[in-house]
Amino acid sequence: MSQVLSPLPGTFYKKPSPDAAPYKSKGDQVAVGDTIGLVEVMKTFIEVKSDASGTFREYLADDSCPVMAGQPIAGLE
Amino acid sequence: MAIQRLFIANRGEIAVRIIRAARELGIRTIQAYSEADADMLAVRLADEAVCIGPAPARDSYLDVGKVVAAAKAAGADGVHPGYGFLAESSAFARAVRDAGMTFVGPSAVTIDRMGDKVAARQAAEAAGVPVVPGSKGRVETVDEAVEIADQVGYPIMIKASAGGGGRGIRIAENSEDLRKLAPMAQAEALAAFGDGGFYLERAISSPRHIEVQIVGDGTRAVHFYERECSLQRRRQKVWEEAGATCLDEETRQDLCRSAVSLAEAVNYCGAGTLEYLYDPTRNEFYFIEMNTRIQVEHPVTEMVTGFDLVKEMILVCGGAPLSVTQDQVVKSGHAIEVRLNAEDPFMQFLPFPGKVGKLSLPEGEGIRFDHFMYEGYQIPPFYDSLVGKLIVHGKDRADAIARISAALEDLEIEGLKTTAPLHKALAKDRDVASDAFHTQWLEPWLEAGNLTRAQTGG
Repeated sequence: MSQVLSPLPGTFYKKPSPDAAPYKSKGDQVAVGDTIGLVEVMKTFIEVKSDASGTFREYLADDSCPVMAGQPIAGLE
Repeated sequence: MAIQRLFIANRGEIAVRIIRAARELGIRTIQAYSEADADMLAVRLADEAVCIGPAPARDSYLDVGKVVAAAKAAGADGVHPGYGFLAESSAFARAVRDAGMTFVGPSAVTIDRMGDKVAARQAAEAAGVPVVPGSKGRVETVDEAVEIADQVGYPIMIKASAGGGGRGIRIAENSEDLRKLAPMAQAEALAAFGDGGFYLERAISSPRHIEVQIVGDGTRAVHFYERECSLQRRRQKVWEEAGATCLDEETRQDLCRSAVSLAEAVNYCGAGTLEYLYDPTRNEFYFIEMNTRIQVEHPVTEMVTGFDLVKEMILVCGGAPLSVTQDQVVKSGHAIEVRLNAEDPFMQFLPFPGKVGKLSLPEGEGIRFDHFMYEGYQIPPFYDSLVGKLIVHGKDRADAIARISAALEDLEIEGLKTTAPLHKALAKDRDVASDAFHTQWLEPWLEAGNLTRAQTGG
């Protein structure tokens, strides 16, 4: 079991655009380097990538909500 | 009626700037803030402060209903929108006025008119202000396009009527090119936008961005000369000057007078900026758009004219006539502003919302630093990365460059990465020194590794 952490503080998004599906859903396979979400920091969008592989379990941060640097945004198993 | 209680619907350095201006006018200030901005400098400086919502701007600074309700509840009789956020929202200007308060800016009608590119171009043409040469509206056939292009000259841009943001643009170098590209552009526009209409505009290869500061009182307008803002990255200005030394005196006078004509033609009230493209090879300028607000780079104009633009816009919007006539606006020397963003210029300008440590600020005659930092301040990650603007005034351009260079050496902001290294390198660059740049200059300069070379001294 591992967690994906936000590299920067900002606003977290699960989806690449408001109308799109979330990057990952429960049960999806996750490889190292897969994009899990976006963090908007000072009007710049940064992709949050997984540094572990596994099976996607859940998002731990809410969509469009503030996150801190180092805060877990997703759980893998 | 003159404003007594001013609500500031903005944040950051411009909120601080507005509070200072209002205070000098004896006006009480009420600062709006989001939950993420409770400890920002403007909240500490203002007479009163009101929380208007959560951190995301769409739920606070961009929420017209919340901002207007908060201003009204606080007993404000005027609202200053600053720049960005709702500053150029006609819906906001209208809502503020409908709630019985004064909006520090032009009327909603003027914002709409000058904010629409086509309407603004028509207003400019009607006032005798030159616009980028091209077709008068839509072109329907290729033969018609070639005929127009022969008049306008090559290279020429083919733009989809329904396009925008750079989409659907092609450049033809000659008539043969145009005959080939125009039908393609038509087909493409039809497929992409469901409308095959296009228009033509002269392509200006290495234009300079020059703009004119004006203030109007609804009847009369005056200009405060021009600014040169060609050093841009991703269409964001990074370094701005007053004035534009590439212009000869006659062109400068024509340019500034054209801005006043247009401002008076639309009965402009408040501070505004008319943006132009300048083609140095032809010595011609063309109006492109108007910003109906105070701009980030207004301090360079204040430095060379000794005139407080923020105070004046508050006064004229409160109903006062302009406090100056054109011949009272006198310009001296040269000013440069550099924008300090909390970004790492060595890491593709990655934002760096850190905590401000020890602050060492340059001081002295001809130096101004507009900012909103204090030691221990945590920069929130939710908003723009601009943390300060360093401005210097010199006797001429070379002197101003030497002063900005020296002032940057005296500036130290611990705890943050900023764009200061970029400005230090620009201040030492040969093309910058010889004023030989244009709007397409900075990005290739960065891509060529000039910043890293300046850093390593190589």
